[in-house]
Amino acid sequence: MASDGDAVIDRHGFDALIAELRRRGFRTRGPVVRDQAILHDEVSSTGDLPGGWRDQQAPGRYRLEQVGGPELFGWAVGPASWKSEFFPPEEVVWRASVDDGQVTVTEPDGTTEPVALIGIRPCELSALDVLDRVLQGGRVVDDRYAARRAGTFVLAVDCGAPASTCFCSSMGTGPAAGSGYDLALTELTDGRHRFHVRVGSPAGAEVLASVPREPVGDGDVAERRGVLEGARAGMGRVLDTDGLPGLLDGNIDHPRWDEVAERCLSCGNCTLVCPTCFCSDVDDVTDLSGSVERRRRWASCFDIEHSFLHSGPVRASTSSRYRQWLTHKLSTWWDQFDGSGCVGCGRCITWCPVGIDLTEEVAAIRAGDRETVGDAS
Amino acid sequence: MHGPLTPEPYRVVGRREEVGDVVTLSLEPCTDGASGTYAHGQFNMLTAFGVGEVALSIAGSAGTSGLIEHSVRDVGAVTHALCTVPAGAVVGLRGPFGNGWGIERLPDGPDVVVVAGGIGLAPLRSAVGDLVVREREGRGRVFVVAGARSPDQVLYGDDLDAWRLSGSDVVVTVDVGTPGWEGPVGVVTTVLPDLAFEPGGAWALTCGPEIMMRFVARALVECGVEPARILVSLERNMQCGIGICGHCQLGPLLVCRDGPVVPYGGVADRLLVERGR
Repeated sequence: MASDGDAVIDRHGFDALIAELRRRGFRTRGPVVRDQAILHDEVSSTGDLPGGWRDQQAPGRYRLEQVGGPELFGWAVGPASWKSEFFPPEEVVWRASVDDGQVTVTEPDGTTEPVALIGIRPCELSALDVLDRVLQGGRVVDDRYAARRAGTFVLAVDCGAPASTCFCSSMGTGPAAGSGYDLALTELTDGRHRFHVRVGSPAGAEVLASVPREPVGDGDVAERRGVLEGARAGMGRVLDTDGLPGLLDGNIDHPRWDEVAERCLSCGNCTLVCPTCFCSDVDDVTDLSGSVERRRRWASCFDIEHSFLHSGPVRASTSSRYRQWLTHKLSTWWDQFDGSGCVGCGRCITWCPVGIDLTEEVAAIRAGDRETVGDAS
Repeated sequence: MHGPLTPEPYRVVGRREEVGDVVTLSLEPCTDGASGTYAHGQFNMLTAFGVGEVALSIAGSAGTSGLIEHSVRDVGAVTHALCTVPAGAVVGLRGPFGNGWGIERLPDGPDVVVVAGGIGLAPLRSAVGDLVVREREGRGRVFVVAGARSPDQVLYGDDLDAWRLSGSDVVVTVDVGTPGWEGPVGVVTTVLPDLAFEPGGAWALTCGPEIMMRFVARALVECGVEPARILVSLERNMQCGIGICGHCQLGPLLVCRDGPVVPYGGVADRLLVERGR
């Protein structure tokens, strides 16, 4: 159903949108093909986007292939999530100079020009909402994250090409963007290449009003519906979320944790590609002049140091670390932040070097749940 | 105005070598306006500039001077740097963080049992100070059990004496006695049944190694103390203190944000028995 302000734009209109955002002072960042993957970089026109590329994803496998054609968003998600825009993999949080008993502590300026996210997927948009809750929704706000996040313009693109590892339908985060966007596009390729545009905010309406556009026709609405239905049907994986937090909480001693630990390399790839993993370490770095820098960098709960206390790691086994990661995403995240920590993007499955699939692990735990099958295990 | 991850400089105005490898530092803010108020049981993040940062429970304030005190045990690179920092030097401090024991909210009447193992007495020290006053004012008794490895490892001996002199019941027990030691020998749980406290309505505060707290809590429940009135102070790796670094997770808890003090009944009873959590 078309809403007020919705419109249809062609590729020139899309170019005009990007140009208008740049004119307004946004850093326009979007997907590009680099190093044989879809990554994020500055985009100044639609010519920078991954036109004609598709991705093939499976557990432990990711390949890009050039299929040609006009399609700009014929792929699902790459390894890079948008969290690094606002929560960089490494940053200096303060510097101190120590001189003759005096210590002066200063913070590097964390403010930047606001960013416009071009082509963010619905699952990614939900992931940003999850990160917002963690890093700026609590009693204490991560001021560095908040400064980067402020004033973000979101130009989302609904997903028409889910991968075999995707399960956003199960998590309720896609394939269509639900909220939190300024503009949401759906790419339509039947006949003429064009984009259905939904308006999600006054800022979005204002930007859209400045570019050449057409009213939405019945054909556009029908084709959009078809794209989304196709995406739902093509979703490669399913995660049954019914009673999931309680199910996992009640199966802390399930034998499956030891089984998966025999395959898990504890490498932390899943946490690096995850768009919601937020753990960080701090390290102090010094030089001979007496200056000190504290650096914060992404951390992983698969690292044995992650839980280190004076007497050693609390989670010494791979089994306990895998369990921590999975139960945090799907169960205790609800206790801590009142929501799921998983958005169903499937990256942890694709980028696991041994192809561990969390949907399969959860299904195995559900199948062997003591509550439902007794003590058969 | 600095962000929550940036420490304020504090000067070390006092340094006292305690037993064994423990040093107590008295700290004063280098700049005006830094707040010295805290609740018993909260913690600060202390930075040894150039070495790193650790979470340390607040061991109290020295008298009415407003100084913050921390007792540091030399167990790693940062704590070693803090233990060897000279008086007059500057360290970094962020905090206070976490909740506290909540003894301000205790009603008049019930007995309070305090059980500490080793340096676990540090986050309880200022709370016991107030509980001793509470007892002197007739608002409820306090029973203190402090465990140490050996008689020469008993932390805060002066405080223990002062609390005893004030009329509170203070028991010190050691794992291994030495010639001349006349007190009890054994882990803290062995002396709990002999305490003359009234378990119905009683509150208990405990801090020490996790395995000690687990057995203390079980013993107190056996004595008749309500599990929800047994408070334990948890310890985990912490790198932020404000609930955003993820290190201190314990099941549903972010220990820095939801703790470090949590009730045994309904929360810690389940968590403390799980392997590797």
